[in-house]
Amino acid sequence: MTKLTPLSRWLILLSSLLLIILFFTPIWQIDLWAPQYPEWLSMQIWLYQVSGDINTINGLNHYIGMKNIQTEMFPEFKIMPYIAGGMIVTGLLLALWGKKISSWIWLLVLVGSAVAGFVDFYLWSYDYGHNLDPKAAIIVPGMVYQPPLIGSKELLNFVAYAGPAIGGWIALVSGILAVAVVFIEIFKKKLQKRFTSASTLLK
Amino acid sequence: MKRNTLISSSLAAIAFLALFQTSCRPKSPGSVSVGDAASKVYVAPGEHDEFYNIVSGGFNGQISVVGLPSGRVLKILPVFSVFPENGYGYSEESKPMLNTSHGFVPWDDLHHIAISTTKGEHDGRWAFANANNTPRIARVDLTTFETAEILEIPNSAGNHSSPFITENTEYVIAGTRFSVPMGDDAQRDVPINTYKENFKGTISFVKVGDDGTMDIAFQLVTPGVNFDLARAGKGKSHGWFFFSCYNTEQAYSLLEVNASQKDKDFIMAVNWKKAEEYIKAGKGKKVKAKYAHNKLDHKTHITTSTIKEDVLQLDIRDFDDLVYMIPCPKSPHGCDVDPTGEYIVGSGKLAAMIPVFSFTKLMTAIENSDFEGEYDGLSVVKYESALHGIVEKPGLGPLHTEFDGKGNAYTSMFVSSEVVKWNISSLEVMDRVPTYYSVGHLMIPGGCTAKPHGKYLVAYNKITKDRYLPTGPELCHSAQLFDISGDKMKLLLDFPTIGEPHYAEAIPASLIKEKSVKIFKIEDNQHPQAVKSPADARVVREGNVVRVYLTSIRSHFSPDNIEGIKVGDEVYFHVTNMEQDWDVPHGFAIKGADNAETLIMPGATQTLKWMPKRVGIYPFYCTDFCSALHQEMQGYIRVSPKGSAVPIKYSLDGEEGK
Repeated sequence: MTKLTPLSRWLILLSSLLLIILFFTPIWQIDLWAPQYPEWLSMQIWLYQVSGDINTINGLNHYIGMKNIQTEMFPEFKIMPYIAGGMIVTGLLLALWGKKISSWIWLLVLVGSAVAGFVDFYLWSYDYGHNLDPKAAIIVPGMVYQPPLIGSKELLNFVAYAGPAIGGWIALVSGILAVAVVFIEIFKKKLQKRFTSASTLLK
Repeated sequence: MKRNTLISSSLAAIAFLALFQTSCRPKSPGSVSVGDAASKVYVAPGEHDEFYNIVSGGFNGQISVVGLPSGRVLKILPVFSVFPENGYGYSEESKPMLNTSHGFVPWDDLHHIAISTTKGEHDGRWAFANANNTPRIARVDLTTFETAEILEIPNSAGNHSSPFITENTEYVIAGTRFSVPMGDDAQRDVPINTYKENFKGTISFVKVGDDGTMDIAFQLVTPGVNFDLARAGKGKSHGWFFFSCYNTEQAYSLLEVNASQKDKDFIMAVNWKKAEEYIKAGKGKKVKAKYAHNKLDHKTHITTSTIKEDVLQLDIRDFDDLVYMIPCPKSPHGCDVDPTGEYIVGSGKLAAMIPVFSFTKLMTAIENSDFEGEYDGLSVVKYESALHGIVEKPGLGPLHTEFDGKGNAYTSMFVSSEVVKWNISSLEVMDRVPTYYSVGHLMIPGGCTAKPHGKYLVAYNKITKDRYLPTGPELCHSAQLFDISGDKMKLLLDFPTIGEPHYAEAIPASLIKEKSVKIFKIEDNQHPQAVKSPADARVVREGNVVRVYLTSIRSHFSPDNIEGIKVGDEVYFHVTNMEQDWDVPHGFAIKGADNAETLIMPGATQTLKWMPKRVGIYPFYCTDFCSALHQEMQGYIRVSPKGSAVPIKYSLDGEEGK
């Protein structure tokens, strides 16, 4: 099996170490705007908790019969830190192992967990937006309140926006690095010719 | 011939017209605002005013918070008067704030405002206010815009010469308007005509702690005169305090005549640093005096009232270097110190001139013992020796003076109904504008501090008459806003005010705005009867006292069905507002309550006492429109006859509490 170029190994190392930041920053955010909330209400999703204006959002959600949002209700928050930790260790080991296939494995790990994360997030938001209390004070026939995965959407008097928080952007950078590694490994020869000065890093 | 007739007849017509013209009354000078006035006071929707104007409410015992330059009222803030609108003085937590040595006093007359300063400049921490009737000083917290503390002043009557502060808010002072006898009951029970022997004045120096807590450090006992207004020295005169005093005639009846006899009364200059030294040296005499000290705890949301028993006094006549009297013409009212601390402006309210004293000259006169005699054992400095000069013919009835920090002074003229601008060093009158009508106090943002913010001047008038749509015999008081950024004062706005404003101050919004509290954190709520979760809401009977621990959150109370209350019970509703969102207060009101409602801010707990007198079902509800389902935010209480066997029972949506 062929080996990774030194540059690729460094990049996989960097890409996995970047994920450490996810333990200290929120990954995703849902922001809500209404005429009465010109300052926007904001909820942040971390590896292990939700934070922000949760109580206010819950207070508003109870009118339409949405369930209370609480960190304790999501079992994912108990296991996600371990998954992220496992990913970081995997990344380090792959960099150490240094085989060419490592680049594909690392990309797969990252993309796979991102897809899993989105699916999970989608299922929860579907549940929250659809399974409403039939005794709710405000019932609009046919109306569901599932927030967008990404982008914005109008929900009654609110505009809901979802998108990456700092951690999400960091994860994206990590993913871009993984793509770059795969790219480098495929076009190694061509790159060596073009960047002769950096050839030691690309050997 | 024909031509002559024409000429003579036209001459006659001209003569007639001329006669008609001169025999007509001259037009009265109307109010004229400048062309672009509207745009200068226009604060666009969603925009904020530039200044907070903290305005005394006089006989309403409140403070109004007004935005400048728009003149819009932002808040009525109760201080010395009960306020059924939010339960101030009615809720169990706030009642102690109005406690005094005379018991619960629900009203007072609030005259003057002092916003705290550091190095003579506004720092935006607190606003102090005086109670003129039952002598007290209040401290308002400018983060919550709530009355945080009230201190009663003993041995005082008519706390008018108050609440002026020293440069770094070391002290806030209280000078008595009425001199009164003091001491024990026998010493105070004296004939009124023994004024000269028995009546004394006091000046209290109230120490302000780092957290704002007020405590009387010492009282100066003075001859029996009336103290009117005061200002602390600043900069070079820091360490001194100046008090205007009238009725040095010591009259005790028909003062309008008998206290206006002398050509000159005094401005009393007090060396308070010296007084501090004497107190430190143990020269103070501890005397019995009963007074209340009331303080709000923001953690428990409860005000505690403590009765204090004694006060330290210094009789100013026992010391020859503590106090000096400066003669000042005709019953001085305003006694204002310019931003540099060099000039002291005395406003004899019956004078047709304004004397300006120089601190440097005063110090030289004291050093050289340049005295013209004594008043009740106190050295009287020679008038001319302390005088910087006189503003000649400024107008009639000078009352108060404020400063723009550019070397100009602005004096209100009650009798001639105008504001007069004059130059402090040259003493020349620069400009004058009419006010509508009879201006009392006037105010420039920061105009009493070492660093005026300038730009605007507000005249607070005593007479309104035809300025607004008539509203029967009782009218609001009017105020006028002037632009003072140029050489000439320009009238910008005429606006109605709340109560009867006396003194006011204005402070840049930027010094307060960001510190404004939005909610009280529920986890910090240490009220002993707070309920932090609806699961803990309950009803508890202790003899004939029933305590209802209620929570309120949009849009229900928990519990909302209560039974087992009996006629003759003393019911306390301890309502905790569980909201943690800005601007979501909940109210609580119950039918037949003989007090008021209470408004509970997010995260706070407030208690309303209720004594049901008749059997029946009583509704209670939220009074502050809180949400789309506000009208559903209600509950029922069953009141059974005295001695009935109905047990205490409470529930929410059929779920019974235990």
